[in-house]
Amino acid sequence: MIKAILIFNNHGKPRLSKFYEHYTEDTEQQIIRETFHLVSKRDENVCNFLEGGLLIGGSENKLIYRHYATLYFVFCVDSSESELGILDLIQVFVETLDKCFENVCELDLIFHMDKVHNILAEMVMGGMVLETNMSEISTQAEAHSKMEKSEAGIAGAPARAVSAVKNMNLPEMPKNINIGDISIKVPNLSSFK
Amino acid sequence: MALKIVKGSIDRMFDKNLQDLVRGIRNHKEDEAKYISTCIDEIKQELKQDNIAVKANAVCKLTYLQMLGYDVSWAAFNIVEVMSSSKFTFKRIGYLAASQCFHEGTDVIMLTTNQIRKDLSSPNQYDTGVALTGLSCFVTPDLARDLANDIMTLMSHTKPYIRKKAVLIMYKVFLKYPESLRPAFPRLKEKLEDPDPGVQSAAVNVICELARRNPKNYLSLAPLFFKLMTSSTNNWVLIKIIKLFGALTPLEPRLGKKLIEPLTNLIHSTSAMSLLYECVNTVIAVLISLSSGMPNHSASIQLCVQKLRILIEDSDQNLKYLGLLAMSKILKTHPKSVQSHKDLILQCLDDKDESIRLRALDLLYGMVSKKNLMEIVKKLMLHVDKAEGTTYRDELLTKIIDICSQSNYQYITNFEWYISILVELTRLEGTRHGHLIASQMLDVAIRVKAIRGFAVAQMATLLDNAHLLTGNTQRNGICEVLYAAAWICGEFSEHLEDPMQTLEAMLRPKVATLPGHIQAVYVQNAAKLFATVLQKHEGETDSQAAQETSQLLIDRLPLFVQSANLEVQERASCILQLVKYIQKLQQKNVEVAEEVTALFAGELNPVAPKAQKKVPIPEGLDLDAWINEPPSESESEDEKPKAVFAKEEPKHYRSRNTEVDEKELARRREVRKQEQANNPFYIKASPSSQKVYDAPGVEHIPVVQIDLSVPLKVPGMPMSDQYLKLEEERQQKEKAERKKKEKKKKREKRGKGRKADSGPESEEDITPAQHVDIVTEEMPENALPSDDDDKDPNDPHRALDIDLDKPLADSEKLPVRTHRPEVLKSPAEDRVSESVPPETKKKSSKEKKEKKKDKEKDRKRSKEEKKKKKKHKEVEEELLESQPEEPVQSEETKEAAAPPTSTSAEASDLDFWLSSAPVPPAAQEVTVPSSAVETSSAAVPESEPDEPKDTEPEDTKSSKHKKKKQKKEKEEKEKKKKKRHHHHHHHGEAGGEDSVQNGTVEEEEPLPPMSNYSVLAENSFIKMMREDAEQVYDIQGNHQDESKVVVSIIFENKSDSFLKSMEFNVLDSLNSKLQRPEGAGPHDGLTVPFQLPPGVSNEARFVFSVQSIVMPQKLKGTLTFIVKSDESSTHEKLDFKLHFTCTSYLITTPCYSDAYAKLLESGDLKGSSLRLEGINMPFHHLLARICFHHHFSVVERIDSCASMYSRSIQGHHVCLLVKTSDQTVSIDAKCDEPSLLGNVLDELKQTFSKC
Repeated sequence: MIKAILIFNNHGKPRLSKFYEHYTEDTEQQIIRETFHLVSKRDENVCNFLEGGLLIGGSENKLIYRHYATLYFVFCVDSSESELGILDLIQVFVETLDKCFENVCELDLIFHMDKVHNILAEMVMGGMVLETNMSEISTQAEAHSKMEKSEAGIAGAPARAVSAVKNMNLPEMPKNINIGDISIKVPNLSSFK
Repeated sequence: MALKIVKGSIDRMFDKNLQDLVRGIRNHKEDEAKYISTCIDEIKQELKQDNIAVKANAVCKLTYLQMLGYDVSWAAFNIVEVMSSSKFTFKRIGYLAASQCFHEGTDVIMLTTNQIRKDLSSPNQYDTGVALTGLSCFVTPDLARDLANDIMTLMSHTKPYIRKKAVLIMYKVFLKYPESLRPAFPRLKEKLEDPDPGVQSAAVNVICELARRNPKNYLSLAPLFFKLMTSSTNNWVLIKIIKLFGALTPLEPRLGKKLIEPLTNLIHSTSAMSLLYECVNTVIAVLISLSSGMPNHSASIQLCVQKLRILIEDSDQNLKYLGLLAMSKILKTHPKSVQSHKDLILQCLDDKDESIRLRALDLLYGMVSKKNLMEIVKKLMLHVDKAEGTTYRDELLTKIIDICSQSNYQYITNFEWYISILVELTRLEGTRHGHLIASQMLDVAIRVKAIRGFAVAQMATLLDNAHLLTGNTQRNGICEVLYAAAWICGEFSEHLEDPMQTLEAMLRPKVATLPGHIQAVYVQNAAKLFATVLQKHEGETDSQAAQETSQLLIDRLPLFVQSANLEVQERASCILQLVKYIQKLQQKNVEVAEEVTALFAGELNPVAPKAQKKVPIPEGLDLDAWINEPPSESESEDEKPKAVFAKEEPKHYRSRNTEVDEKELARRREVRKQEQANNPFYIKASPSSQKVYDAPGVEHIPVVQIDLSVPLKVPGMPMSDQYLKLEEERQQKEKAERKKKEKKKKREKRGKGRKADSGPESEEDITPAQHVDIVTEEMPENALPSDDDDKDPNDPHRALDIDLDKPLADSEKLPVRTHRPEVLKSPAEDRVSESVPPETKKKSSKEKKEKKKDKEKDRKRSKEEKKKKKKHKEVEEELLESQPEEPVQSEETKEAAAPPTSTSAEASDLDFWLSSAPVPPAAQEVTVPSSAVETSSAAVPESEPDEPKDTEPEDTKSSKHKKKKQKKEKEEKEKKKKKRHHHHHHHGEAGGEDSVQNGTVEEEEPLPPMSNYSVLAENSFIKMMREDAEQVYDIQGNHQDESKVVVSIIFENKSDSFLKSMEFNVLDSLNSKLQRPEGAGPHDGLTVPFQLPPGVSNEARFVFSVQSIVMPQKLKGTLTFIVKSDESSTHEKLDFKLHFTCTSYLITTPCYSDAYAKLLESGDLKGSSLRLEGINMPFHHLLARICFHHHFSVVERIDSCASMYSRSIQGHHVCLLVKTSDQTVSIDAKCDEPSLLGNVLDELKQTFSKC
């Protein structure tokens, strides 16, 4: 079982948090902070597993993470999951994001948290892995957005226009964010068939 | 109105959407909290509007804020509103928000039941998908109960996208509503063989998760998983299955043996590291499970260790980590094969990665021996000094203690060394584990009597230098050590060289800064020391010194009397008064030492941590019984009506009442006294013969001279090192001595003096430096051995420990929502209204309670049944063995025993699959038809031994349903075996239809066993048995024009020759065609993919494509094969006719009564009816037969009337209404395809005309 999936940046700002067990908002924030502290002080070239924090489940659980440019992707899993399998899964997740957002960067995750959630939901459901096939995941995600567009139809057009204008009116937007492309080439791992 | 909508949508344009909110937060870095609170106000406004789009937008923003840590539960109702929007976009937003913030305590959840049900049955698969995803996050026991049935239906949805989600969510449903597991399990099992890999993987996932918690219930699935493992190419599925096998093998070593080979193959062949690693892991698990029995797997161990070494040496840190992890598992059972890699592991201790170092530490734990313990610990101590960061250092510290103390200090040969190590560890700064060191010190000092003198000396020094430990900070956890030091010095004060000095050290003013509980120990032990000192002085008749000591206490103790800590205060003032009194006595020159020492006399023995729990409850003690009779409620109720009369004669009434009460009370008191007197466990008021410890006299206290040639601190060299050197020298000396001795007396036994050094001696046989007596922990006498101590009663998975092989009882069906409340009242209906009246709530809680009880009962019941099953099995076996020549008689007894055995057969099935040694091939005897007795009987009798293993596929078959049949089939065979001469051939000779075993059915209650296999054709060489096309599935997409039917045929070799090159061919008709591989011509035969040695049977499946299913079909076919015997080989052929009945196109599909009612109301169905006379079998047998042979399912049954449903592979609905009265059965049937219906009814008639 996967207990939680967290994405946060190099400063510990949460970009996505999905808990498959209930915690109060305060505990959730504590878990994110604790996980960030555990993960962020690790060097780049050490192993990607570490024994779980105190807050989320204790010794049964493991944190499995990957660090891409500015973002940490952390999966908290119990002993029934294969460590290397989850690493591959994170890879699949990131590659799917890359496909759906066309060259994904931290900004995409910041502004489209809901969309990331929806993609994740096609991959992991209630803490269990639903689909590992990347093309299948992205097909479903595309089908979703297609439906969304068809529902919005003409009525959605003005709102979209306004939001486009809003985006244009923000000259500072590209400046204050430094985006590193998420590098998705990771050697030494076979992905799923 | 229209204007309003337009206005609304224009307003919307300028509402903040999620992106604006995020942008806003980023632009208000300084006053983020304030900005967010204004945003939340806006959101509250938006939620008040009617426009659902605005609401959805607001909820979407809330989801984001929830991630930032804001509580949004106040909007729960709005979230439900958005969930119920008809638009997918909004619905999704609602479900996402719900999945993020709903939980079991959210009260609006109960409003969602119907909405979710609606979404689950939505025609739009994405609505269903979104609902399933959301539900998986917030499912509650109530939701699980109400929706279990709907989700179960979705498991057979046409879209694999829905199927896989429905399968996956079942796990959550099981967790919340364990009663659903048994009814849903058969379908879940079916999904293991779903054509869609995603669904298959989901099913594997769920079953693995279930099996991990309660593996024994899933052992029977092993063959199925084994088949999946050898056939699947999906690495994810393979990993899961292999992990599952890792959990199953400890329960069934035979499974392990079977696994080793395919796993080793995978290890050699796979390129995926993840798979390789899991394979190695499971092989290790197998080896562990086998380790007790067979030592012959050294090759496998070698392979594992070798592969792991490669992993550990890899530059990838991940692989290194996992390699070490797996290595530690091997260590437990095969320590020797790991110990040879000590170099590698010690090397890992220097790795820069902390996780890897920790794993290496774990390994070291298992690698120590008496010989290398000191060396390894020395290495670790070096690491302790070097370590940066307290967490790693703490980890090292605990590991050192773990390593040394493991299995009752088995590896420690020199406890002086160990005490010094502990003392050295106290110098660590800022460790959290002070208490751990302290408890070790206490443990060693208490349990190793020989070391007490040394320990006390060390502790005294520690107390003297307490300022070093507490010097830095108060929060320093290390001062816990002083607790142990003070206690040891006090308790074993007779070993102290200079008790006065220690006493002085314990009463320093600085002590008052220590934590309260430590001070308390100080005060108490100061009193013990005081007693020792007094005794010493009085022994030397030095009354001056004795009085000085008293004065010291009287001077120092007031400091503690003022302590804020209650415990310290109480003890201090108590002791202070005592000392004052003693001083008075001293001044009168009275000898008090003996009395004072008596205060602290007696020895404390260690008590096992579980000892308290293990004290058996004495017979006759009922802890729940009332001590005093409770005031009975009925009495007070009775008084009310009496009050009417009380007015008339109040005095009389009252006086009589009290009189009675007093008498009664007196009587009760007497009884109670009597009881107490008889009860040995009641502590009586009178002073009883309590054990009084004999105070040892002063002269008996041995004063140990401590050889202080080993100074406590050697500058520049930690002192434990000295022990290492000493030990080495000692060992060498000993070795030399031993050699001498051995030369002299080879047979003399060594180590006579060692009383109880626990644990087996290592092969080096190192004698410890001291003669050590490790006191074992005390346990109460006749403690009950219990193994359930370790189970957590709150574990939700415990509820899922359910026997899955037991047949379903009627009461276990999932609650179905119906339109007729009198049939089954669905609790969901009550929830439609927003407010639930309190009464129903109470009810539901009651229900829950009842359910709990039921659950418990169930558990018990299942246990009992297991026992019964076992018995049955045994009984049956006995029967079979003892009555070989009385076939007719045994027939009846077996018939009666049939139902229970059908459940136990599952287990025997597994046994069959697991046993690599051939089970006596029951199959052979079956084949002895009356015509061929002569030819084959010669071959039959004892050609058993060489039955090959490849009978597996027969057993690893798909659906549970089928499996049962097989079991029966097997039973049948076994029976036949015993009835060799009296052969009842129950099948039609050729091309027969379904047949019922053993012809007639008596009036017995249990269902007669039924078989779906029928003989297709046979000759003296081979017999073909065919299963009715049960395994029918349709190809998605082209539903209407073409369907596929799978026919399983069992080929049985009846001759004593080898049969090979079998070719199966069928003459295609326009309607039905045999599916041939691509490139084959329309008349080419299909090669049967196996050969048959004599007496062996095997099963093959053939796929036919069928266009129209409304008519039964007959296909002519031939089987050609070569019979090879020693002398010759001949070509033979066998003709047969394949009969596809219309029934075989029906699929058992459950239907719910509401849907059924709708179907009938719709009017699309044409009717027809049938009357059967002279049927004298119980109604439920009749129904079972229809279900079994004709693939119907019962929708509803009321008395002697039942509605049934089935669906054809092309989607025709077939509905039956079956009524019975006086041997007459009338069947009214409806179907949207009249000719199909007609044929089905004909077949029904045929089935029943046979009995």
